Amino acid sequence: MTVATGVRGEDRQNAIAGWLFMTPTLLIFSVFIIIPIIAAVYFSMTNWNGISPPAEANFIGLDNYKAILTEPGIRQTDFFTALKNTTYFALGVVPMQTILSLLLAVVVNQSLLRFKSFFRTTYYFPSITSSVAISLMFLFFYQKSGLVNQVLGTLTFGAWEPIAWMADPRGLIHIVLSWFGLTIQTAPDFLTQTDLFGVTLWSWISGPSVALTGIMIMNTWTTIGTMMIIFLAALQDIPNFVYEASQIDGASPWTQFRRITLPMLRPTMFFVVTLGLIGTYQVFDQIYVMSSGGPAKTTLTIAYLVYRNGFNNSQMGLGAAIAIVLFIIIFALTMIQRRITGSEADN
Amino acid sequence: MATMSESIPQGSLRTRAGWATVKTLLSYGVLFLLALTFIYPFLLAIATSFKSLPEINQFPVSLIPKEISLEGYQRLLTFNVPRWTLNSALVAVFVTLGNLLFASLGGYALARIRFPGSKAVFLGILGTMMIPGIVLLIPMFIVLKMLGFVDTYAGLIVPKLITAFSIFLMKQFFESVPRELEEAARIDGATPLQIFARVVLPTAKPALVALIIFSFQGAWNDFMHPLIVITVNQQLFTLPLGLALLRGGMGQNLQWNSLMAGSMLTTLPMAIIFFIFQRYFIEGISYSGIKG
Repeated sequence: MTVATGVRGEDRQNAIAGWLFMTPTLLIFSVFIIIPIIAAVYFSMTNWNGISPPAEANFIGLDNYKAILTEPGIRQTDFFTALKNTTYFALGVVPMQTILSLLLAVVVNQSLLRFKSFFRTTYYFPSITSSVAISLMFLFFYQKSGLVNQVLGTLTFGAWEPIAWMADPRGLIHIVLSWFGLTIQTAPDFLTQTDLFGVTLWSWISGPSVALTGIMIMNTWTTIGTMMIIFLAALQDIPNFVYEASQIDGASPWTQFRRITLPMLRPTMFFVVTLGLIGTYQVFDQIYVMSSGGPAKTTLTIAYLVYRNGFNNSQMGLGAAIAIVLFIIIFALTMIQRRITGSEADN
Repeated sequence: MATMSESIPQGSLRTRAGWATVKTLLSYGVLFLLALTFIYPFLLAIATSFKSLPEINQFPVSLIPKEISLEGYQRLLTFNVPRWTLNSALVAVFVTLGNLLFASLGGYALARIRFPGSKAVFLGILGTMMIPGIVLLIPMFIVLKMLGFVDTYAGLIVPKLITAFSIFLMKQFFESVPRELEEAARIDGATPLQIFARVVLPTAKPALVALIIFSFQGAWNDFMHPLIVITVNQQLFTLPLGLALLRGGMGQNLQWNSLMAGSMLTTLPMAIIFFIFQRYFIEGISYSGIKG
């Protein structure tokens, strides 16, 4: 009997303590995450301008969603331009950062290598630096007379023609096409006249602009340190005897990398790619500081469009709708990517 | 046959040793070259912050200013930068304290206390991690406005007092603490709060240091949250927010020495913390990274 009441008393004590310990967290999460999310879904169906009292906003159903997704007009064009830019951004940055950080991790992880902690520290340092500070630095380097053009000039023995990176709206694929004489003037009508979601086919295939490419390079530079550390930790978890056994069987380093390292790193790879996708689809600070979406809207990303609509154009409702569409896009991408690369990661 | 099978391993041994040397040299070459691309930008930014405006655009760029000029830093003083620095420090300190307290409490509860609904709470917190920060931008502003938190310190601090990441860091740490420690105290009749404060928390130093570092870094570098909280009151700007608007205010006429000076001012505190505690940074990242 005494034992039973003792246990029951302890249960009650645990219940009280558990919920008490969680209270601050639950309170802050409810007020600043859960309620805002519900509010966002509601406000995405209103025409609230962000200035008048929220209660005065008019309910307009799915009009905001129609405006960005299906109704031809500037709002649809802006949304799909932003989607295009953000997608080029992710397509460039995610593979670059994943491959480079993996290579770095493998090289730094070599058992005989000296100065290991020096390399680790150096590569990781940009990851702890403020995004605004780094953006200002690169803004400086990307000037016409800046560091990047000078380095490229030296490497090409002066053949490189300096460009004002952040003011250059030319798409990379457009530039390559122009070498073969294909420009907007000479392109066939089906490319320049066909309109898909408010953006012409010719525009869809532009590739990232020079300005966006500059930000992509900077973003890769900033993030590979973190991802290298994640890969390094995973590499150290692969037991040494696996390599030793394969060495006895005569496996070459390349075979080891392909047959042991890569498969064992699969879950980590999934994690890094997911982090990369989530990060790139939200790129904001760098755009705000370096380009404000310009030149010619070629660095307009979805996150920046959300901000611009909500806070500069007094269209909070529209901004909220774009944010929710972005959420769905990120969620879907993560799920698709999980299907492709992650099925084994779950086991 | 016998001689052949002997000579093959020998030959391959020699090439293997040669290959190893080439590989090592190549590795060092690549790694040092890459290290240079990571260090040089920071050195150039520091140098530029000490140059006068005419010298900055001289060709070619140089790492050593011909004449040390404090013009860039002096101009920052006219822009209220000391106040912004103070604001950043204040916000970062309070956010860090909040995370320390609430994440150790919450993390411990989730790791060790069996209470009804703990599984649901855990899944709920996990769920909030799936929500991208940018999606919360407008909803957060709506709530801040309703609470009267726009243009206040409370708006800068309160929403950031606890993050899902901090909770997970602490939960994972507490799961690794041996249960025997608590059992002994429980038999002596200690309450959960006593066990937590006197027995478990003192063992958590490495995790708490990692938590301090990540919370401080997050708050110090944060740009998006201050951007939406502070709309008009320049007295409440944090350093990154002030810098970004400084750049915007300069239009086409960018005064690079001041912008680089501001960037370095923002970087320096994190750099100092990083070099003192780098072991904890690396551990923290790999710790949270794997479990994701």
